[in-house]
Amino acid sequence: MCSHKFMPEAVTKSPATQTKRPAIYKWLRVFGPFLGLALLIAVFAAISGDPARYLSASNLRIVVTQTVIVALGAIGMTVIIASGGIDLSVGSVVALSGAVAAISLRAGWTPLAALFAGILAGGLIGLINGLTITRLGVVPFIATLGMLGVARGTAKWVANEQTVNIPATWLNELATISPEHPWMLVAPGVWIAIVLAGIVAAVLRNTVFGRRVFALGSNEAAARACGIQTDRVKLWIYSLGGLFFGLAGVVQMSRLRQGDPTVAIGVELDVIAAVVIGGASLSGGEGSILGSMVGALIMAFLRNGCQLMGWPNYIQEIIIGVIIVLAVAADRLRTARQNR
Amino acid sequence: MTLLRLAGIKKCFGATAALDGVDLEVRRGEVYALIGENGAGKSTLMNLIAGALQPDAGRMYFGGKEYRPAGPQDARRLGIAHIHQELSLCAHLSVAENILLGAEPARHGWLDRAALHRQAAKILEAFHHPAIAPERRVADLPIAGRQVVEISRALAQNASLILMDEPTSSLPRGDVERLFACIRSLRDSGISVVYISHLLEEVREIAGRFTVLRDGVSVMSGPVAEVKDAEMITAMVGRPVETLYPARPSAGKSECVLEVRNLSAPPAVRDASFELFCGEVLGIAGLVGAGRTEMIRTLFGLIPASRGVLALGSDALPIATRRRKPQEFIARGVGYLSEDRKGEGLALGLSVADNVTLTNFASCSRWGWLNRPVQAEQTTAWMDKLRIRAHNAASPVASLSGGNQQKVAIARLLHQKAEILLLDEPTRGVDVGSKAQIYEAIAEMAATGKAVLLVSSYLPELFGVCDRLAVMVRGRLSPARPIAAWTPESVMHAAIGSEANLDADVLA
Repeated sequence: MCSHKFMPEAVTKSPATQTKRPAIYKWLRVFGPFLGLALLIAVFAAISGDPARYLSASNLRIVVTQTVIVALGAIGMTVIIASGGIDLSVGSVVALSGAVAAISLRAGWTPLAALFAGILAGGLIGLINGLTITRLGVVPFIATLGMLGVARGTAKWVANEQTVNIPATWLNELATISPEHPWMLVAPGVWIAIVLAGIVAAVLRNTVFGRRVFALGSNEAAARACGIQTDRVKLWIYSLGGLFFGLAGVVQMSRLRQGDPTVAIGVELDVIAAVVIGGASLSGGEGSILGSMVGALIMAFLRNGCQLMGWPNYIQEIIIGVIIVLAVAADRLRTARQNR
Repeated sequence: MTLLRLAGIKKCFGATAALDGVDLEVRRGEVYALIGENGAGKSTLMNLIAGALQPDAGRMYFGGKEYRPAGPQDARRLGIAHIHQELSLCAHLSVAENILLGAEPARHGWLDRAALHRQAAKILEAFHHPAIAPERRVADLPIAGRQVVEISRALAQNASLILMDEPTSSLPRGDVERLFACIRSLRDSGISVVYISHLLEEVREIAGRFTVLRDGVSVMSGPVAEVKDAEMITAMVGRPVETLYPARPSAGKSECVLEVRNLSAPPAVRDASFELFCGEVLGIAGLVGAGRTEMIRTLFGLIPASRGVLALGSDALPIATRRRKPQEFIARGVGYLSEDRKGEGLALGLSVADNVTLTNFASCSRWGWLNRPVQAEQTTAWMDKLRIRAHNAASPVASLSGGNQQKVAIARLLHQKAEILLLDEPTRGVDVGSKAQIYEAIAEMAATGKAVLLVSSYLPELFGVCDRLAVMVRGRLSPARPIAAWTPESVMHAAIGSEANLDADVLA
């Protein structure tokens, strides 16, 4: 009674399920962070009761200068997150490379040499993170969580558990609110961050390396099957991230005018929040430097606004915590819609 | 001239032998079909050829030389491209970036976008598919378009052997024609294609020679034209089909245990009504995507219903006014077997005992404390009854073969004393021996007065075990008729619907 006919395993879904996503999602993705920033500034300008002061040149200068450390970290973190990874050791790396740069200065190195010592210390930590992830097969979350402790401990060790005082050099002027030369308008550190952001944005867009970062984050198995040496790309990604965290550490030292191994605890959360608010997907494959910079500005304007309002620190912490969760919730919502 | 030759290939996963001696010979410029039931080892074999897995025994030769890939890169370098069942593209990148992934044109590391798009467009053109623009994001393409990108990538790699794993499973008929035209032009230009399918019509249309795999062994090979469908099927199934299904007495008049009226869960289910009697097996046929899975998920509270009434025994449950949860249905004696055994049906990391007793821990616990010996004892009883092959009740389910895993899932429904069993594709991915045992279990459930709702895409099995049958078409359920009133042709006809459907010829 049975004939041996086979039902098709799968027959086409109706074409309706394959229509394009509405353009609004694309639009929101690109302009969402800007919208958030504008909204935030508008809200604080309104509730502060003194928009002129909040938006004054001197206050804006304070905000952008305060953004530099998170912004530099966010450049490196964008590359890491776009590749589907994460780095939780940023705060410790900032403290360690700041301490390294301070010790180098104190030892009589030139400011330039100390600057590179700090940056390279960060890069080395990044390389170790990359090696842990690729050679030992530890997931990035755990590998860098471990490094969070290791780098912090190392920072305290090399600094002898003390702050390291440094001689006055041009390195101390990287993050001054009013730059030495008025024609610079803002601190040199701000210009450095802007230039580096531009370079990395171009690298991500227009180089083979940049596209492979996204390929890795989008579908690692596919990237590997296409002959991309994913392990090697990851080593570069984490090392590059580390260099940026190292530079952020030197800027941190410059701002404090001393090396402090206990500084920047929890900075990684600000950095990750900036990147995610900027439209990156924590599941990889997406992220833009421009978005992350806007995300970093959002964090800085938020802090500054709270201070201006005279709100206590704990209110800031609560607000920032809520913003991080909302940003990730928005990320989830977007990807859920996309996969529908 | 031989391009690829396999001799005595074996591969085990744990205790299960996925491949147990496979011989295969693919010539240059031919389309070679690899057919077999789900779980016969087709995909494992493809992964071995593509270097993703290494064989435990046996030899492979490619282009006359011994071929021993350490990884996918080795296969790729030699010109072997593998197109997976679930496509492996980077959805966030553009079409061109995907096609040339790993071989991007660049100058000192800087991407040459113009060249990238030019090269990708050239490959797409050769594929007669210039409509897919190189700069489009892959995420925005329909499935058929993604398949084109995947094949284009294989072409970009200068593949001499392309492995295609059920490439038509997600394609509309028009695109199937286009794919076949492409495969023919690949063949004519000297590229070999190994084509996996279990649709014999497709195999006849596209392939020159074939091999049938059954339970990891190559059991039949030859030119497609010289073999009849029935012979291929006997080779796939491994025994005359008659002995696969248990003899069942026709069910007499009995009481209705589940009545469904106008159940709707748009867009998948629209106004489904049926009655289920105790002691019977009611089959639901239909195409994949017709809404069968969604219907029984709605019946079990996993999908909210927009409208409809359920009567379980004598209780009427308006299920649309309030969201009913699965635990409510379990408490009323409904058991559900998911079609997605690994994702939803079983907790793979847990033991057989935990999986069997999961929905009825009360049977082996007191005050919330599990009595492990009792649990093991109860589980062992089910293992004997359903002939579940596992080391013991404490073995993790993941270490069992697909067929035995499925029997564990069925044991759970029996252990929870379900009186109404909703079974979604209970024999998918299961070896023939386990299939027969599952049919036997279903027959016994019915014989002991339980009611079974059986969703299946495999017609012979519906005809083999059901008392009555209904067909679902685009969310609508036909009236259930006694199985004797159906023929395979009439089921097909009903499944396709009255409208002339382009997919009709796939089924003919």
